[in-house]
Amino acid sequence: MKKTVLFGALTVAGLAAGMASAATLDDVKARGSLNCGVTTGLVGFASPDANGVWDGFDVGVCRAVAAAIFGDPTAVEFVPTTGKTRFTALASGEIDMLARNTTWTFSRDVDLKFEFTGVNYYDGQGFLVPKDLGVSSAKDLDGATVCIQTGTTTELNLADFFRSNNISYDPVPIETNAEGQQQYLAGACDVYTTDASGLASTRAAFENPGDHVLLPEIISKEPLGPLVRHGDNDWGDVVRWTLNALITAEELGVTSANVSDLSAAPTDNPEVNRLLGTEGELGAMLGLEADWAKNAIAAGGNYGELFEKNIGENTPIGLARGLNAQWTEGGLIYSPPFR
Amino acid sequence: MTSITDPPQGSFRLSMLINDTRYRSYTFQFIALVALIGFMAYLGMNLVRNLTAAGLNISFDFLGDPAGYDINQRPIEYDSQSSHLRASTVGIINTLIVAFLACVTATIFGVIAGVLRLSNNWVVSKLMAIYVEMFRNVPVLIWIIIIFSIMTVSMPSPRAFRGDDPSSSMLFDAFAFTNRGVYIPKPVFDSGGWIVVAVFILSVIGIFAYRRYATKKLYATGQLLPTFWPTVAMFFVPVLLFYFILGRPITLEYPSLQGFNFKDGIQLRGSLIALWFALAIYTGAFIAENVRAGIQAISKGQTEAAASLGLRPGRIMNLVILPQALRVIIPPLISQYLNITKNSSLAIAVGYMDVTATLGGITLNQTGRAIEAVLLLMLFYLTISLLISAVMNVYNNSVKLKER
Repeated sequence: MKKTVLFGALTVAGLAAGMASAATLDDVKARGSLNCGVTTGLVGFASPDANGVWDGFDVGVCRAVAAAIFGDPTAVEFVPTTGKTRFTALASGEIDMLARNTTWTFSRDVDLKFEFTGVNYYDGQGFLVPKDLGVSSAKDLDGATVCIQTGTTTELNLADFFRSNNISYDPVPIETNAEGQQQYLAGACDVYTTDASGLASTRAAFENPGDHVLLPEIISKEPLGPLVRHGDNDWGDVVRWTLNALITAEELGVTSANVSDLSAAPTDNPEVNRLLGTEGELGAMLGLEADWAKNAIAAGGNYGELFEKNIGENTPIGLARGLNAQWTEGGLIYSPPFR
Repeated sequence: MTSITDPPQGSFRLSMLINDTRYRSYTFQFIALVALIGFMAYLGMNLVRNLTAAGLNISFDFLGDPAGYDINQRPIEYDSQSSHLRASTVGIINTLIVAFLACVTATIFGVIAGVLRLSNNWVVSKLMAIYVEMFRNVPVLIWIIIIFSIMTVSMPSPRAFRGDDPSSSMLFDAFAFTNRGVYIPKPVFDSGGWIVVAVFILSVIGIFAYRRYATKKLYATGQLLPTFWPTVAMFFVPVLLFYFILGRPITLEYPSLQGFNFKDGIQLRGSLIALWFALAIYTGAFIAENVRAGIQAISKGQTEAAASLGLRPGRIMNLVILPQALRVIIPPLISQYLNITKNSSLAIAVGYMDVTATLGGITLNQTGRAIEAVLLLMLFYLTISLLISAVMNVYNNSVKLKER
């Protein structure tokens, strides 16, 4: 790990030359593929399948961006990053964008000089405990040993939560989700805490998921979303509006099944037409082809399809839409208009 | 026409910088130095320019901000509202703790294995050879993870100690071996407790003084004073005497299961044990080879000469071989101690909160001050390594061959 940090610092020092000036979109086009930072493996969000092909909700965002640029959702190099290495990887230019359930916070946006391009999952930090521990509330956890991924916002939330409730705990810092799972299952920690979606995904991978429960407390707001480096607004726009295109597509009923029909000829709905490039010049304004959004939607489906396929209620992870429903359905998922 | 050739002119010509062997090496060294400075300056300028372009700066102000995270092993007072500087200090102390423990243990392992590897007993020497080759040739990170995983998986969790018929129980009701670490009793000092400790330290000093006196007397008069029994007596009698006179001022606080974990007592964390033990056995294998080399460097004639004077094997080792072998052993031992200190930065692999994990890990990550944090880390490791070298060199000077 020491190496990672050192190399990171060296890259910042040495390679930062390219970062300040170059236009990321041009670099990506010249390279022919998108370098997208993802987790080292979190089932449902980003994990390689049996054939080594990355799949998941965050991966879907990467693929949509690649499809918007190249028309090819497979033109992505996935770079696994840990909670600690992700920001260095992005700042140094090793990756073009980071789609790694990363919480949008003030200091990351302002101080670390990153640009969050939207929210693709509204999350909150929860606690996972074994059922036989007999705990029904996080406030009963006085003196418990807690496994916590180091270098995350959850680490700080945890400290705040226990402090404000005046109870003590014993943190066990871990590096990756897999390590946390192993420690938790071996009983080296009583509680595992991270974003509730991550806990659901981790629990789904257990042998007996029913023996473990999520405590009712959600102790923080964790808006997760893709992010890029500060200072290259054109590139930030590409990522932001690709995500918005997926969200708008769901709102307008454009799915991966009907997108090619709808984009074949102008429809009655002008917003669908502008989105799919049959009317207006939105693609050219972004520096992309006119059918960029069509390709992005065709890659893995609209926002709702991505959700249902990777983490929805019919998957082992089984997350309800909740806050992540469209605003028309009482959720927070809301895209600015395509106009 | 004079036949006397002129003595070489003292005048210096520029071409001599290349053609004259007296100056040529300086020329090239100077060029190399300028190139190196130029390269460093280029990197430095590049860094500053790019940081400015990215709107960042180099500032150490973050050290005063509240850290916001908790640390599990806190040798000094610390909570999540303490500053990043304090968190780094906790990390530094944790590094020093594990480095010190590992250095002591590695030395013990190394000396035992090194001496035994030269044993005439075939089984013992081969066993030691296997130990050395096995541990020396597998990366220390692997050993750390192996030991940690074995502890986590094979030891019971504190839950197993609970209930009327627990599946695990404490050893002597004083030691609890769990997958979160080993809990041992903690001495509690009442009012007179520190006097007993002081007496103990004084008696240890007394033992050394007495043995030195005995050696001096032996050299001066040839009279052999007994050392073993007086040493044992001086070690135990005064301490026990004071302990009971002062009314047993030191008591033990036993660990007990309360809530989720064992409370009271001292917790040796699984991460500390894994790191400590892995560093000790790994580096111990190297030290064993140093010790073996040191002993073998002393010619066999020395042993034979000592034996012909009628010295017993133990005395031959202590009086003849080791004092000479130490001169060979100490210098490589210094670098092994430095290796232990530097390798302790692998701590994060098992979640041990050393300075690399606090300052170079969480603080770096939460503040994003990568360059500052890494510079501070380099400064710390450099300082501590130079200190260890300095101390060991003083010791080396005291045992090396005194030339007159």
